[in-house]
Amino acid sequence: MTWDRLAPLLGEAFGQTAYMVLITLAVGGFLGLAIGLGLYLTRPGNLLANRLVFAVLNLAVNVVRPVPFIIFLVALGPLTRAVIGRTIGIEAFTFAMCFMASFVFARLVEQNLVTIDPGVVEAARAMGASPFRIVRTVLVPEALAPLILGYTFLFVGVLDMSAIGGYLGAGGLGDLAIVHGYRQYDWAVTAVVVVIIVLIVQLVQWLGNSLARRALRR
Amino acid sequence: MSSIISFREATKVFPAPRGRGREVRAVDGVSLDVREGEIFGVIGYSGAGKSTLVRLVNALETVTSGDVVVDGVSLASLGEARLRPVRAGIGMVFQQFNLLSSRTVAGNVAYPLEVAGWTRAQRDARVAELLEFVGIADKAGAYPSTLSGGQKQRVGIARALATNPRILLADEATSALDPETTQDVLALLQRVNRELGITVVVITHEMDVVRSICHRVAVMEHGRVVEVGEAYQVFSAPAHDVTRRFVATALRDRPSPAVLERLRTRHTGRIVTVGVDEVAGSSALITRVLREHGVDGTVVYGGITEVAERPYGSLTLELVGDAGAVEEAVVALRAVTLVDDHGRADR
Ligand SMILES: Nc1ncnc2c1ncn2[C@@H]1O[C@H](COP(=O)(O)OP(=O)(O)O)[C@@H](O)[C@H]1O
Ligand SMILES: [Mg+2]
Repeated sequence: MTWDRLAPLLGEAFGQTAYMVLITLAVGGFLGLAIGLGLYLTRPGNLLANRLVFAVLNLAVNVVRPVPFIIFLVALGPLTRAVIGRTIGIEAFTFAMCFMASFVFARLVEQNLVTIDPGVVEAARAMGASPFRIVRTVLVPEALAPLILGYTFLFVGVLDMSAIGGYLGAGGLGDLAIVHGYRQYDWAVTAVVVVIIVLIVQLVQWLGNSLARRALRR
Repeated sequence: MSSIISFREATKVFPAPRGRGREVRAVDGVSLDVREGEIFGVIGYSGAGKSTLVRLVNALETVTSGDVVVDGVSLASLGEARLRPVRAGIGMVFQQFNLLSSRTVAGNVAYPLEVAGWTRAQRDARVAELLEFVGIADKAGAYPSTLSGGQKQRVGIARALATNPRILLADEATSALDPETTQDVLALLQRVNRELGITVVVITHEMDVVRSICHRVAVMEHGRVVEVGEAYQVFSAPAHDVTRRFVATALRDRPSPAVLERLRTRHTGRIVTVGVDEVAGSSALITRVLREHGVDGTVVYGGITEVAERPYGSLTLELVGDAGAVEEAVVALRAVTLVDDHGRADR
């Protein structure tokens, strides 16, 4: 395939991947942070200890997270139809990605929060801070560097998930590489896509590392 | 003097972990008054319930039964939201400092002021004033990880004082520090008490801390207060076994049986241990009694230290002289101080 023919295909696929990945990062990042904080706060002995809420969240995370994404896509079908209206297409696929990413990130967030010295939380409580203020001014700032690294890790995972977008007709870079390389034996296209993905991951990883380092300047 | 903190049959029971084992009565029916303006010590071994007791004061824990009254407010009847302003009015310093590693020294000290809703300008002025008071004004922009233990605790104290509390709680505030830094921080706590008039409650397992700065002290064991009173009184006449053990750690002034054996091989005279304290036997008084009876007293063992800034300890003397005179001298000594008569070596 010539570059003239490849360029528009690449452009379209890149746009689709960007759409899926950016929406998933935004939604998954937000919900993951919320669920992760929920897990941390409601854990027995913590600020908003609540056995029931903790058990429900914990179970949800444990059930969703280990399911291979390609199976999860199918399993989530009925819910996807209820929310999005159809089970194929880029919206349906992105919905499933958001769902999975939220739970993956939730566990990452929780794991980073438990490393915070409980004494610091206690000190904030002793100064009369409310739980919401403690989340804002203690938990998130104190765990910021690992949270940034976790978010970077999430980005790589989300990009990975997006590669099977073709399965639901969502397109994207992964689809392009699979269709041309695997089915049409045009390995050059696959190679170009691989290089692009590696470059994106490198760039994001570098960005994440330097932001985390800056957050750790203490 | 009026009481600023009042424990009334305060009890805290922690449930057995996961239904196994037994519940823990961490604080067990404690009734105690802390007076306004004093430095009150709580001493006890690890697990005695000291931390739990002090955490009841700022409601980090709430009583299972009984009550804690702080500044006239009964805490047992307040809900979580109403307890927050109470906490904000009480400063607390911790053994591990518990500073926010993501904030500078100034940012840490400003934290309680943000919680209390001070404006930016008010906060900046107050932070500068506090850092000056604790002597680390030059570290305002530093991060806690770059500070020594003593400097971290100064930040902790500045933070605890930020909102002008009337009570400062110090839970093992010097236990992570070396002896010299410990003395500096204790001196700072004393200044907080004297210059700012803040009531200080000091939790410790170190006799030295109580000895150096506390006016009154409570001794805790198994969740109960076994002895309470003026620091000097409690330690110069310890009534409880735990108290005696703490006194012994502060001052190894009394000869053990093995030491006494060795003293007897070296000294042939009558050996007595006399208590030295402010009221009874000052060492001058002891010397005078001996001289009046024509008895020579040689110090062979002992030590004198300060408790609550008053002298306290004992001296072990070898008394040499006419047998009758020595006997009379011992009787005369008994009239002015506590005497342990170890007798003479039989030979
Ligand atoms: N949050 C808690 N849950 C269960 N047990 C606790 C808790 N806090 C303290 N305890 C128990 O209460 C007892 C007293 O602890 P603490 O007040 O920390 O003693 P101290 O400060 O004198 O060492 C200990 O047996 C301890 O294990
Ligand atoms: Mg303790």
